[in-house]
Amino acid sequence: MAITGETTIHLNNVSVYYSNKLAVKDVTLPIRKQKITAFIGPSGCGKSTVLRCLNRMNDLVQGARVDGEIIYRDQNLYARNVDPVEVRRRIGMVFQKPNPFPKSIYDNVAYGPRLLGVTRKNQLDEIVERSLRGAALWDEVAGDLKKSGLALSGGQQQRLCIARSIAVEPDVILMDEPCSALDPIATQRIEQLMREELKDYTIVIVTHNMQQAQRASDYTAFYSIRKEAESGGVERRWGVLVEFAETEKLFNSPESGETADYIAGRFG
Amino acid sequence: MSAAESPKKDAFKERLVQRQARGRLWSRLFFASNAFALLTLILLALTIINGAFGYVAVQFRVDPDTLSDRPLETLSEAELGDVLVANAAGRMRVIIRDNFSQVPNDVFTTTPLPAALNVFIPTAWQTLTINELNEEQLLSIITNNLSQEQMYDVVLNNIVQPNVVASWQFFYSLFNRAAIEAEMASEYPAAELIFRSWVTPRFISSPLATEAADTGLRTALLGTLWVIAICVLFSFPLGVGAAIYLEEYADDSFINRLIETNIRNLAGVPSIIYGLLGLTVFVRFLVTITSGQFVGVQSDTGRTILSAGLTLGLLILPVIIINAQEAIRAVPYSIREASYGLGATKWQTTWRQVLPAALPGILTGFILALSRAIGETAPLIVIGGASFISFDPSGPFSRFTVVPLQIYNWTKVPDIEFRNVAAAAIIVLMSLLLIMNSAAIILRNRFSKKLAG
Repeated sequence: MAITGETTIHLNNVSVYYSNKLAVKDVTLPIRKQKITAFIGPSGCGKSTVLRCLNRMNDLVQGARVDGEIIYRDQNLYARNVDPVEVRRRIGMVFQKPNPFPKSIYDNVAYGPRLLGVTRKNQLDEIVERSLRGAALWDEVAGDLKKSGLALSGGQQQRLCIARSIAVEPDVILMDEPCSALDPIATQRIEQLMREELKDYTIVIVTHNMQQAQRASDYTAFYSIRKEAESGGVERRWGVLVEFAETEKLFNSPESGETADYIAGRFG
Repeated sequence: MSAAESPKKDAFKERLVQRQARGRLWSRLFFASNAFALLTLILLALTIINGAFGYVAVQFRVDPDTLSDRPLETLSEAELGDVLVANAAGRMRVIIRDNFSQVPNDVFTTTPLPAALNVFIPTAWQTLTINELNEEQLLSIITNNLSQEQMYDVVLNNIVQPNVVASWQFFYSLFNRAAIEAEMASEYPAAELIFRSWVTPRFISSPLATEAADTGLRTALLGTLWVIAICVLFSFPLGVGAAIYLEEYADDSFINRLIETNIRNLAGVPSIIYGLLGLTVFVRFLVTITSGQFVGVQSDTGRTILSAGLTLGLLILPVIIINAQEAIRAVPYSIREASYGLGATKWQTTWRQVLPAALPGILTGFILALSRAIGETAPLIVIGGASFISFDPSGPFSRFTVVPLQIYNWTKVPDIEFRNVAAAAIIVLMSLLLIMNSAAIILRNRFSKKLAG
C-alpha cells in the first residue's frame, strides 16, 4: 500500500473478543494525521467495534477484551499504565444517535472543559463560542445559549455533540455513523463541516452510506464477515479488514473482488 | 367480483362491531375501578368530617353573658382586665406564674420579680416579690404582656371555665337538631348548645391536655416534624447511595444479586417487625447514642426522637433504594456514553449526569416512602412513643409522641369527645401530608422542567 503521510494512530493485529467470542480478527491499519478515514462494510463486520477500541469505549462493555496493539504517539493505548479517561480526553467521540445532555446548550459544550477543571467564566465563554463556531452552530444558537440542547433539531443536536467533543481540543474525533439518524440536508451540513471547520482534526468515521464515504473521506477501510461452521450446526462469525486504500483508489480500482462486489451493491 | 366479496365484507363488519364492543366493555370496567376508588375516598373524607365538626353541649361555671353586656371576644384588653379583677382577683398571681414564670413553683413567691418573671419589670419594683404587689399592679403585668386573644383565653379558662358535657357528630347534628335539643333539655338543662369545629388554630398550637375540650396537638405535631427530619437525614443519603452503588458500581455477581433480592424482600416486611428491630438495636443496644449520653445529656432512656427517626428510616430504606434504582436505570445509556466519551471519570459521570437526570424519579419515590413513614404508628408503639407528654420535644434526645400515635391513643379513650379530637388530628395529619407532598412535587417539576428545557 503506497500510502504516504504522517500516522496518528497505528493498529497492529488488533483482535476484539466479547465474552471470549471473537468479534474482529487481526486488523492492521494506519490512521493518517489530519485526514478523514472511513470504515465501511456490511452489518456485523466489526467496524464500530474497531472504532470503539480507538478510545477504549469497549472497556465499558463487560467481558470485552482487546488483543494486539493500538499505537498512539508511541504509546500502546492498551498498555497497563494507560488510563482510559486520559485516552478519551484526547480521542473524542460522536455517536450514532445525537445524545446531548439534558442541559442547556452552554452547559453541554462547557461540560468537557469543566471536567478538566476550567471554572473561570470568561474562559468558558470563550471555549463555548469557539467550539460552537467550530461546529458551524454558533450563528443558529448564539442568542439563546440557555436553551436546552434537547430543544434543537436532530441535525443541530448532532452538531452540538461535535461542538461538545471539540471543546476539550482532542487530537482525533471518532464518528460512529453520525448521520444515520439525520435527513439528507443535515447530513450534507455535517459532511461539509468535516471538510471545512474540522479539517485540522484526524477523523475516523463509520458509515453505512458508501456515497458518504466516497464524498467525505480521504482513506477508506473495507471490512467484511468471515464465517465458519462449528459443531452442532452453530455458525461462528467474525469481522476482518479486507482492504485499506485511498478512497478514490478503493472505489475506482479495488484490489479485492469482495470489495468490488460490495461497492457495486452485490451484497451487504 | 363485488358479489363474491360482499359476504366476506359483512363478516368483517360483524367482527368489527364485536371487537369494538369488547373494547368498550373493558374501558367501562376500568372506569368502574376508578369510580370505586373515588367513592372510597369520599367515604373516608365524610367519616373524618363527621367526627371533626358537630354540636357540643357546653356547661359554664360562670355564664359568659353575665360578665359583660357584649360578647367576651369583642372586649378590649382593658375591659377583659376589669372582668378579671371583678371575678377572679385571687387567681391573678397564678395566672402570672403560669404565663411568665421562669423559676420553680416553690420559690416563685420568694424570688424578686426581675428574676422570677421573663417580662419587663418597672424599676420601682425591682426588689419586690410577687406577694408585695397590689391588685392593680398585678393586673398591669397581665395586660401589658398578653394580647387581647391571650387575655380572652385567660378569662375563659379562669372564670367561664367551659366544660363539654356532650357532643354530637356532624351529620347527626345536621339532620337531628330537634332530638339533640330534646336531649339537652332533659339531661343538661344548664348547658348551652354550640356548633363547634374541633380543628381550630388553638387545637394546633396548644400542648396536649387531659381534657378533650382543652387538648391541642402541638406536642405531637412537633414530634412528627422532628422524627421525620431525622428520618429524612438518615434515609435519603443512605438509600440513594446504596442505589448508586448497586446500579453504577456493583458487578453482576452472586453476592450483589443476593443483596438486591434481599432489599426487595425487606420492602415487604411488616412495619411492626421494624419496630422490634428498632427496640433491640436503637433503644437498647445503642442506648448511649440514642439517649444522648455520648454528648453529655443526662438521660438513660433510648426511647427518643432519634431512635424513632432511625427506625422509620430503616423501614422506608428498601423502598427508597428500589425506587432510586429504577430512576437511575431509566437514565439513557447514551448520556453515560457521551460523558465517558468526553473523558469523564465514572464518578464525574454519575454525579454530574446520571444523578441530576434521575433526581425527579428519585424524589417521587422518596415522597411516597416518606408519606408512609409519617403515618406509621405500630413501630413507634413498640419502641415506646409516649402516650402522654405535655412538654414539647426539644431535640433528638427528647421523649416524643407523634400525631398518628395520638390519634391511636385518643380513639382508645372511652370518653366519647376524644373521638372528635382524633378526627380533628386526622385532618391536621392529612393536611401536613398534603403540604409536604405538594412541596416535593413542585420541587420535582422544577427539576424536570430544567432538564427538558
